[in-house]
Amino acid sequence: MTWETVIGIETHVELTTASKMFCGCPVDFGAPPNTNVCPVCLGLPGALPVVNGRAVEYAMTIGLALNCSIAPHSVFARKNYFYPDMPKNYQISQYDEPLCVAGHLDVDTDGEVARIGITRVHMEEDTGKSTHVGDGGRIQAASHSLLDFNRAGVPLMEIVSEPDLRSPEQARAFVAELRGVILRLGVSDAKLEEGSMRFDANVSLRPSGSTEFGTKVEVKNMNSLRSLQRALEHEVERQQALLDAGEPVVQETRHWNEDAGTTSGMRSKEEAFDYRYFPEPDLVPVEVDDAWRERVAGALPELPAQARARYASAGLDPVAADLVSRDPAAGTIFEEATAAGADAQTVANWLTGEVTALLRRQDLSLEQSGVTGAGLAELAEMVDDGRLSASAAKEVLAGVVAGEGNPESIAAERDLIQVSDVSALEPVVEEVLAANPDAVAKLHEGDGKVIGFLIGQVMRATGGKADPAAVTAILRGKSA
Amino acid sequence: MPVEIDIAKVARLARLSLTDEQLERYRVQCEVVLEHAARVQALPTEGVAPTSHPLPRTNVFREDEVAECLDREEVLAAAPDRDGDYFLVPRILDE
Amino acid sequence: MSDLADLSVGGAAAGLRAGEFTAVELLEAVHRRAAVTEAELHAYLTIDRDGAARAAVAADSALRAADDPGPLLGIPVALKDNMVTRGVETTCSSKILSGYRPPYDGTAVSRLRAGGAVIFGKTNLDEFAMGSSTENSAYGPTRNPWDPERVPGGSSGGSAAAVAAGSAMIAYGSDTGGSIRQPAALCGIVGVKPTYGLVSRYGLIAFASSLDQIGPLTRTVEDAVAALEVVGGHDPADSTSYPGSFPDMRSGLEAGVSGLRIGVVAELNGAGIDPAVQAAVDETVAGLERAGATVVPVSLPSVAYALSAYYLIAPAECSANLARFDGVRYGLRRHGETVEEMMSTTRGEGFGPEVTRRILLGTYALSAGYYDAFYGQAQRVRTLIIQDFADAYEQADVLVSPTSPTTAFPLGARTEDPLSMYLSDVCTIPSNMSGDPAISVPVGVDENGLPVGFQIMAPALGEPVMMRVAAEVERQAGFTARARLATSEVG
Repeated sequence: MTWETVIGIETHVELTTASKMFCGCPVDFGAPPNTNVCPVCLGLPGALPVVNGRAVEYAMTIGLALNCSIAPHSVFARKNYFYPDMPKNYQISQYDEPLCVAGHLDVDTDGEVARIGITRVHMEEDTGKSTHVGDGGRIQAASHSLLDFNRAGVPLMEIVSEPDLRSPEQARAFVAELRGVILRLGVSDAKLEEGSMRFDANVSLRPSGSTEFGTKVEVKNMNSLRSLQRALEHEVERQQALLDAGEPVVQETRHWNEDAGTTSGMRSKEEAFDYRYFPEPDLVPVEVDDAWRERVAGALPELPAQARARYASAGLDPVAADLVSRDPAAGTIFEEATAAGADAQTVANWLTGEVTALLRRQDLSLEQSGVTGAGLAELAEMVDDGRLSASAAKEVLAGVVAGEGNPESIAAERDLIQVSDVSALEPVVEEVLAANPDAVAKLHEGDGKVIGFLIGQVMRATGGKADPAAVTAILRGKSA
Repeated sequence: MPVEIDIAKVARLARLSLTDEQLERYRVQCEVVLEHAARVQALPTEGVAPTSHPLPRTNVFREDEVAECLDREEVLAAAPDRDGDYFLVPRILDE
Repeated sequence: MSDLADLSVGGAAAGLRAGEFTAVELLEAVHRRAAVTEAELHAYLTIDRDGAARAAVAADSALRAADDPGPLLGIPVALKDNMVTRGVETTCSSKILSGYRPPYDGTAVSRLRAGGAVIFGKTNLDEFAMGSSTENSAYGPTRNPWDPERVPGGSSGGSAAAVAAGSAMIAYGSDTGGSIRQPAALCGIVGVKPTYGLVSRYGLIAFASSLDQIGPLTRTVEDAVAALEVVGGHDPADSTSYPGSFPDMRSGLEAGVSGLRIGVVAELNGAGIDPAVQAAVDETVAGLERAGATVVPVSLPSVAYALSAYYLIAPAECSANLARFDGVRYGLRRHGETVEEMMSTTRGEGFGPEVTRRILLGTYALSAGYYDAFYGQAQRVRTLIIQDFADAYEQADVLVSPTSPTTAFPLGARTEDPLSMYLSDVCTIPSNMSGDPAISVPVGVDENGLPVGFQIMAPALGEPVMMRVAAEVERQAGFTARARLATSEVG
């Protein structure tokens, strides 16, 4: 029997508001433990929440960008469960009346576009952070745990997809596109490794052609796009093996172990899922009228799909178009560089190639790198007019990232400008030819291979600064 | 209307560790109260919207502005147990 | 008046400003009274001697500087121990919060401090405000100053007893189902539950968030107005706070009731009410009629279900509100090998029986499969109650009833039967369900010499007309009887 894969994804995104969802504590990452706390986010007796208006706008922005309907009336609810890093032992969330419902996001996998339904987007608050102490931090063997409540109450958006994804690859593409949308909107830094964007997946298999869903398994703990795809591939294989062997799939939550490359079941208590939701009496409903919705909709920036279409029509290859349309920093640099006259594909190649590689090696973000559109345009121009070799250009780029200045000054400083002026190169070529009569003879006999040797001699004579293209042209002229 | 409560399950949900004797006493008392409370079911309420709030207000928001936080020492002074700058709790079994 | 402790707020304020006595002297008088009464009453859990002394000294310098923040400057005030006070132990009468010193002040408390009030101490209550007798306190019951063998009512029993006995000039409490009005009635003083949202709940340790409201317990209606004016008004820290301007409750106090329609609620009078209580209530209604009011019979048919709905809504909200008491960040912690065990043991041992019972009730009422039949249905009944009130206010300006079906009952009389205790609140619960204001005014005594409270209910933000009627009732009743403990010879 052949099986069809069915995947739905729940994504959580922390918003980059200045203050928390329900109190004025700052949202900044990396503050000393338990310093960004107040009576509200610590759940002290008597404290009350007040909704951060900007968080609501950000949530609407996400909903509108995902083609959702904005509910004219939505309410907050208490989701009740005990967990030590959740100060009130209930999470303020939204339940049966969320802010955004029934949207979709188009996902392109190798040129095939699928429309993935968005069930809902709702607002809630993040929990604190627990660190497990003893036995290498593994939760099962820890002796005790330490709690830091700085993240408790940070605005968190939950984005729930329909089970419309049909492969791990498509699931990965969906999350990548969703992340692009979030980044373009500027409502979250959506950092997977820092947890400001995280996702869980529901996976099930069903006989091809069936319209009923199989038993689903929730997979957690993937913290990169790659690990998402790997975890899903593994889970699909695991379920397929079970089904092929005639064994049932158990509905459960499984934990992805990145190092082992496997998922393992998590123990869950029988009543763990009775959240006893009820409307949050400390907060009043959110009502969005047409005017408010229109104002937020009118302020939406260009989304990745629109940007990608624009870039594609300008002739950019798909990989480059993806990068500059999903990553707003890359997009800005790209726009600046092309506006400064650089060739679009050249800039795109730089961004997808050497820039990305360099940043990965140095573990830097584009924003931190010092790379600008003007700088890339300058670099591209220098390569284009032969003043920089490809390898010298990489060195100049490294200099830019190291904060040494603009490409022109770095190239000069590091003595990387190559000579392509024919009048300057001509005498050197003459000298080389005079010193190598044998080679000259071969050249005249039409031996093409000898030209490489002669170019090498010229390069040696110029200390490597001659433009090989210019030298070749001169030599060809001599041989004709 | 008689009401039957799985009191042990409810106590587990509410994180209340109680003896069997206590559980039995609470079960009987809760069932009496719930039987009285179940009278609400006698009232026809079709088409009646629930009230979760006596005050018909909407859209109460605060500006996204940073306000003063509490002093960490004052916060941790109230903690039953701490380790340096953290609250300390016994090991957590499950995620 | 021989003893400063027996002055009204108005009288004390005038004396302070006329230089007849100082805030420090006023505080000393209240101290002396407490020193005598506390041994028998146990109205207080904490008396903040140092904090009160500092506030009194500050009040005196403000008086000398003619820097006058309002009517409570220099007035000794007691707070129910579910109102959060920075640095001063706040326990909610629960073992689970034993020794807890909050790092912040609630809004009402901040406003009292800004108004120059002298916060004298924290009063006893039924644990987490759940109860009608103040017997559910982990620190022992409070007794009624009229008869120490009887309860002061609850849950704000400590506040009511202190004001009645003169060990506080005024006090604040919280009212979720009658917790201000019922003890005020049983202790022969005035108690007000304001319109939901009129006083910020920020810093009030929540019992049932959609029902809780802070209000004053005082010896006169005018004192209640002054007490409300200082703490009331919009607070951005409470999303359910009323944003409009604060109603003028003062200007109608002398206006009388001529032309007003007084609605006598059929369902809250007569059946189930102690005859002596009903007689005093009827007499008061007759007096209002003689003063020019029109008396109209009104009906609130769904009010018969209010108590039932209340005992679903309040426990449901409480089950979530009290989840935060888990031994992690503050308060009691009991040993557990795992954090789950620690939480369950802490909560199992930290909460008393009534709180445990209500958490269990509420958890059940919200759990999967029961929500709609219990909590959901109770919320729909709440809508019907609100509609009934709206209809009744078409016919009447205020509605009246006894505050409590009985006068103060003996200690221990109802502790074994939760339902009989819950019935103490049958007349007061409806106003919490509707969110409307209500006041209890003492109007007489029964055959045992125990005070009877008369309840006046008004529509939302109807405090002006409610206070106007209350002032007339107060004048008519001429209630001058004093609690035994307040009149026994002191020091």
